[in-house]
Amino acid sequence: MSSDLLFEGIDEPGLATLEGYRRRGGYETLPKALRMRRDEVLNELIESELRGRGGAGFSMGKKASFLPKGDMDKYLVCNADESEPGAFKDRELMQKNPHQLIEGLIIAAYATAATRAFIFIRGEYAYVADILERAVAEAKEAGYLGERVLNSDHNLILWVHRGAGAYICGEETALLDALEGKRGNPRLKPPFPANQGLYQGPTLINNVETLSTVPHIISMGAEEYVKLGVPNSTGTKIVSVSGNVQRPGNYEIELGISSRELICDLAGGPPAGREIKLWFPGGSSSPVLTADDLDLPYDFDSMAKAGSMLGSGTIIVVDDSNDVLDVALKVAKFYRHESCGKCTPCREGTNWTVKMLERIQRGEATPMDLDIMASVQERIIGHCLCVLGDSMAMPIGSMIAKFRGEFEAHMESARDEGDRAAIEAAA
Amino acid sequence: MTPPPERIARFSHGSRVPGWDEAVDLELDPAEVPDPATTEVPDDLRDEIEDYMARYPDRHSAALPALTAAQRRYGWCSPEALEQVACVMRVTPAYLAAVATFYDMLRVDPAPVDTHAIYVCTNISCSLNGADALFDAMRAAAGDDEHFDVRAFECLGACDIAPMASVDGTYVGPLAPADCVRIVGQCRAGEEVLPERQFARRKAADTLAREAGLK
Repeated sequence: MSSDLLFEGIDEPGLATLEGYRRRGGYETLPKALRMRRDEVLNELIESELRGRGGAGFSMGKKASFLPKGDMDKYLVCNADESEPGAFKDRELMQKNPHQLIEGLIIAAYATAATRAFIFIRGEYAYVADILERAVAEAKEAGYLGERVLNSDHNLILWVHRGAGAYICGEETALLDALEGKRGNPRLKPPFPANQGLYQGPTLINNVETLSTVPHIISMGAEEYVKLGVPNSTGTKIVSVSGNVQRPGNYEIELGISSRELICDLAGGPPAGREIKLWFPGGSSSPVLTADDLDLPYDFDSMAKAGSMLGSGTIIVVDDSNDVLDVALKVAKFYRHESCGKCTPCREGTNWTVKMLERIQRGEATPMDLDIMASVQERIIGHCLCVLGDSMAMPIGSMIAKFRGEFEAHMESARDEGDRAAIEAAA
Repeated sequence: MTPPPERIARFSHGSRVPGWDEAVDLELDPAEVPDPATTEVPDDLRDEIEDYMARYPDRHSAALPALTAAQRRYGWCSPEALEQVACVMRVTPAYLAAVATFYDMLRVDPAPVDTHAIYVCTNISCSLNGADALFDAMRAAAGDDEHFDVRAFECLGACDIAPMASVDGTYVGPLAPADCVRIVGQCRAGEEVLPERQFARRKAADTLAREAGLK
């Protein structure tokens, strides 16, 4: 049931070098793509039904087809600013097989006629950026980058651009601002980056895993690729499983396998004697699911139907030794810190949610505070330029809905403790 | 219920908001693009920044790599460092100050040149595995040595080795609070940090699952 595509031989020694990648048949797809017409390549990508692996899950081929035709400068940006709590798949892909990403990037640039490309990598991944820069230099040397790639009419300049530590720069328009040398604030959409992105030019932005999949699609053909996975969630997916599991790490699966198989069989499930209390199926910004949802197939539509999302394919498991309040507080504090402050509902909403959760922790809250907190979450969703605020509101809202009893019990016990302390202090 | 007054931290001037030690002089004009004739910039720093500027259609894009380079040289984004970067990039120092204050990895508080950046991840996956105790231990191990910038950092993207820390850009984990003294010692001695537990030397979980016949 498990198939390796992107992760095939990922730990092979020397795979990160051009020689090692070529030995495995690397860069053999590029000449094939360059012999095809640009629209034929684009068509393959559309027909593969590949959905973006960065979180939104939009059709990669369709997004690429939105770029206008014409002679203007077009840009391709690879989003390697992986900062979603719990996500670490792109790091492993870039660290161990950087040329797979570069080959995919060149093909995607050819399909969209983009002539300048950037890999925007988060600053914390400094050692991965070093590996990427070496790989880019090797590819340049070998003629895969630069003017007239492999004697075709395609030109491509590629640079690795390092960020400097800001979660918000993973949001595509904030990433563009950061790449333009500004503070990473999201932009109003529309215009979408496909029309007006980097330096106001048409820009395609794709996640590392999405671009790393491109050579495989062109190599095997869209017709073969759609046979992997399930309808509407085609292909394989690298899933980062972490938290209270015995074997945390990245696993490549065919979309549609059962979540239990992934969490309990591959990742080993929670430590002995512990039960799964809740899990985030798509990073800390996805609404939480419980042990009852473990038999759901792990694919885009099933997760959406269960009221959550697959997001970037990032599972965080929380076992029953943890208090849901502590988890909620960690999530809320993260988003408070990372909110860029541009939109009021997000800036104020994240701050007040943290304050209210801390009030519950100190035993100074009343049950009404839970309703107020839930309403704050509702008022953030859909009211900001980007989805950072929603990313806090959705999991917090779902935790209040699913674990209300536990929040209330905590409130009571913390208040009783506070009262006892006050009485003792008075006596 | 309002917390009792002594629980609110206040500055010496009585406010909860930090004030300014010196009043702003409203007569002053804002700083302009520094004059290359009077601003001294070390040659290697200038070359590095100019190299970055040449990579992009718009020179402003070089702001982040240029500030990172300046920080590497001076330890932090000091007023002099901003002045020099601004001079090469032909922007105002205020533009760069606005950028520098946005990003977590750029230091805007004084730090010595050879500062060790130790980021302890305290996000969900790491905190479920004891990151908060690890952070306290790391702070205790570094003490008040100004050469250590120990920070509780947001998810560093290495939840498979939770709890973990990034030591001058090298990812190490899983860590126990007892490892912190060794890490700080290795930094001081200029040695490689916990070589056996660096992320870069780990096999993918997928590979291990395959080897174990789980896949």
